[in-house]
Amino acid sequence: MPTEPLLELDSIVKSFGGTAVLSGVSLTVGSGEILGLVGENGAGKSTLVKCLLGIHRPDSGTIRFLGQTLRPGEKEIAGIPQEFNLVNDLTVAENIFLGREPVRFGLLDRKAMNEGARVQLARLGVELDPARRIASLGVAEKQMVEIAKALSVKCRLLIMDEPTTVLNQNEAAILFRIMRELRAAGTSVIFISHRLEEIRAVCDRVAVLRDGVLVSCDPAAELSAHEIARRMVGRELTRMFPPKEMPDSEAVLSVEHLSSGREVRDVSFTLGKGITGLAGLAGAGRTELAEAVCAIRRSRGTIRLNGVPLRLKNPSEAIVRGIVYLSEDRQGSGILTEFPVDANTTLSSLARYCRAGFIRGEEVLRTTESYIEKFRIRTPSPTAQLKFLSGGNQQKVALAKCLDTRPKVFIFDEPTRGVDIGARSDIYTFIRELAQNGVACLLISSDLEEVIGMCEKVFVMRAGRLAGCLEREHVTEEEIMYLATGVQ
Amino acid sequence: MQPESSKFSSTVVRLLKSTGGPYAALAVLLLLCCLSNEHFRNVQNLINITRQVSYSGIIALGMTFVIAGAGIDLSVGSLLALSGALSIMSMNAFPGSETAAVALAALVAVAVGALGGTANGLLVSLGKIPPFIATLGTMVIFRSLTLYFADSGLVSTENEAFRSFGGAAFARIPLPVWIMLILTVLLSIFLKRMRLGRHICAVGSNERVARYSGIRTGAVKYATYLIAGTTAGISALLFGSRLNAVSSTSAGLSYELDAIAAVIIGGSSMNGGKASVWGTLAGALILGIVSNVLDMWGISVTLQGTVKGLVIIIAVMIQRKTAA
Repeated sequence: MPTEPLLELDSIVKSFGGTAVLSGVSLTVGSGEILGLVGENGAGKSTLVKCLLGIHRPDSGTIRFLGQTLRPGEKEIAGIPQEFNLVNDLTVAENIFLGREPVRFGLLDRKAMNEGARVQLARLGVELDPARRIASLGVAEKQMVEIAKALSVKCRLLIMDEPTTVLNQNEAAILFRIMRELRAAGTSVIFISHRLEEIRAVCDRVAVLRDGVLVSCDPAAELSAHEIARRMVGRELTRMFPPKEMPDSEAVLSVEHLSSGREVRDVSFTLGKGITGLAGLAGAGRTELAEAVCAIRRSRGTIRLNGVPLRLKNPSEAIVRGIVYLSEDRQGSGILTEFPVDANTTLSSLARYCRAGFIRGEEVLRTTESYIEKFRIRTPSPTAQLKFLSGGNQQKVALAKCLDTRPKVFIFDEPTRGVDIGARSDIYTFIRELAQNGVACLLISSDLEEVIGMCEKVFVMRAGRLAGCLEREHVTEEEIMYLATGVQ
Repeated sequence: MQPESSKFSSTVVRLLKSTGGPYAALAVLLLLCCLSNEHFRNVQNLINITRQVSYSGIIALGMTFVIAGAGIDLSVGSLLALSGALSIMSMNAFPGSETAAVALAALVAVAVGALGGTANGLLVSLGKIPPFIATLGTMVIFRSLTLYFADSGLVSTENEAFRSFGGAAFARIPLPVWIMLILTVLLSIFLKRMRLGRHICAVGSNERVARYSGIRTGAVKYATYLIAGTTAGISALLFGSRLNAVSSTSAGLSYELDAIAAVIIGGSSMNGGKASVWGTLAGALILGIVSNVLDMWGISVTLQGTVKGLVIIIAVMIQRKTAA
């Protein structure tokens, strides 16, 4: 429970390129308190965190920590960033101890390092070989390493920016247990998440940011998830999911005996107009299946589009034939953060905007403006670099890029990962509309609520194979998990 | 719709914003040099500088594309020597008229340049060899072939039409300078306004994203080396016709470094994705002015490399500061 304040923010203002991201935020965090920080994408959460971590300097306002003005790089504040901050070519242990490696006789003490890493990971309930390279890990594992790294340093304030987006329920539960342990030991936690139920469950107080202003900061016990959502959006949120329909039985895309490496093994399925879900645990091969269909990875087997067999050599041909893939890894393979919005939205469809190889700039701009309006993308201008946009807005740009190829088959891989509820319903509505317009949509998601809310038909993968297909009333959390885990 | 005039001014503003730094530096340098040395501000001297710059400058324009695609081409200097030598040799072997022989030489120079660029492009795109290694290999190969064909000596010609071609000037500006300027205009439009140019920057910015977005990254990277090789061929023709000869040992030596330096001073990012052809032109001119004014001041030729090196380092330091 909050006692004397550990951290005091007073009227923090921060703007980028004339756009105010934080306009006068005042907030206190007590010692031994878990403070939930919620808000839509672009509300200013990440910027606020970066001010605390000394990455950004506020334009005005003061930050006091332990009764003194905060110095940049304060060691008593540790953060788990939203985007991974791990060195891919180093091992798990080397990353956890990066910058403070144990040394013995002037040499790296590899044994102590691996042992220390093992202890940290065990605390998180993760069994992971500390000698493995980061590059070989999946996203959930990387997140656990990131958390272990932050926890291995003793600090008074720990900031976690959406740590649970890539974790499953068990992993998240372990994280919450550790957060409560930290609280008991007097460490405060600022916890950012889009999952409002977990915010309510684990936090003492919940601070709601909207458009750079602190809307409220009340005890979590007094708030319902619905009420938090209402405050975040500033309007009443009705139904999250649009009504769902059974996809057409007539196949637009049919895949026969598709295999790719060890990740995809002899998978056959058909996709009709409408929305079909694809569920499975992390590592079940869902992303790999999608990449095989789009010729991003090599595969064996037959793929037909409207009955015509395709021999796709590269993703470019897949896009030309009408198969597009929205990547789960937005920054790594979805968008060019250094490029302006308009160059991103038309990146995959640029040929349409060219005459004799010349780009018609006004056409590109006009299309981009219509997407900005359609998807409510919050950007200073259509030619602003994407790195100035928040995660959710970047995701909308990635969607626009895929949509602009005018696809017949649209594969969404975790389309709402790290996206707030407001933008989320926008994306759901968008997928629904697309399906109604006759596009065959495959929705890959680890969020079961999302799969169940959106799909009347769901494929489930397990260990590279198709474990089964569920329809209508069988699309339930239990039945999906049974198929995904293989437990009856 | 914007009115035409504001569209034009916004284009100017954008151009200044993207290349303003190098041109501001160029202007300051030019001013200082003109004030400090009366021989420097002689018009003929200024023209000479542009001519000296043009040979490696033309190559630097092509290098801009390779670097925009996050690659590097170390072979262009050797390729200049090879295409220059082969073009003069083919001209000497040609039985027809002198003018026809010059046309043949032009064809051979550009073709050999394009072929060399093709070799680099295929090694990088199909062979998946890191550009530094691939072009380091071809750099050595092209030089060695030149030495072999020229018997380690000079390849020269008596063709008068060739000499007058290389010495040609319009409005006092030498032909190679004209070609450099025209190429700057054309290649800048190509990089900024055409689809392939956009794709090159996309591949340089993040190859994985480009591939997932349906860009044929191999073909795009190949194109950048083809462009660089071709500019090396064009430069070889002008270089050979200037002296009526190509030395197999020294022609084009360290031109690749001058070209890379010009691109970097011009504000293009070494990591790819962000590049400016006009910036490269400014970079090449800055390098040329620096070595010329050092001559004028009577500073030893051996020390010029030190100053050049410092210019490169300072230019990048300033860019870092302004980017942050």
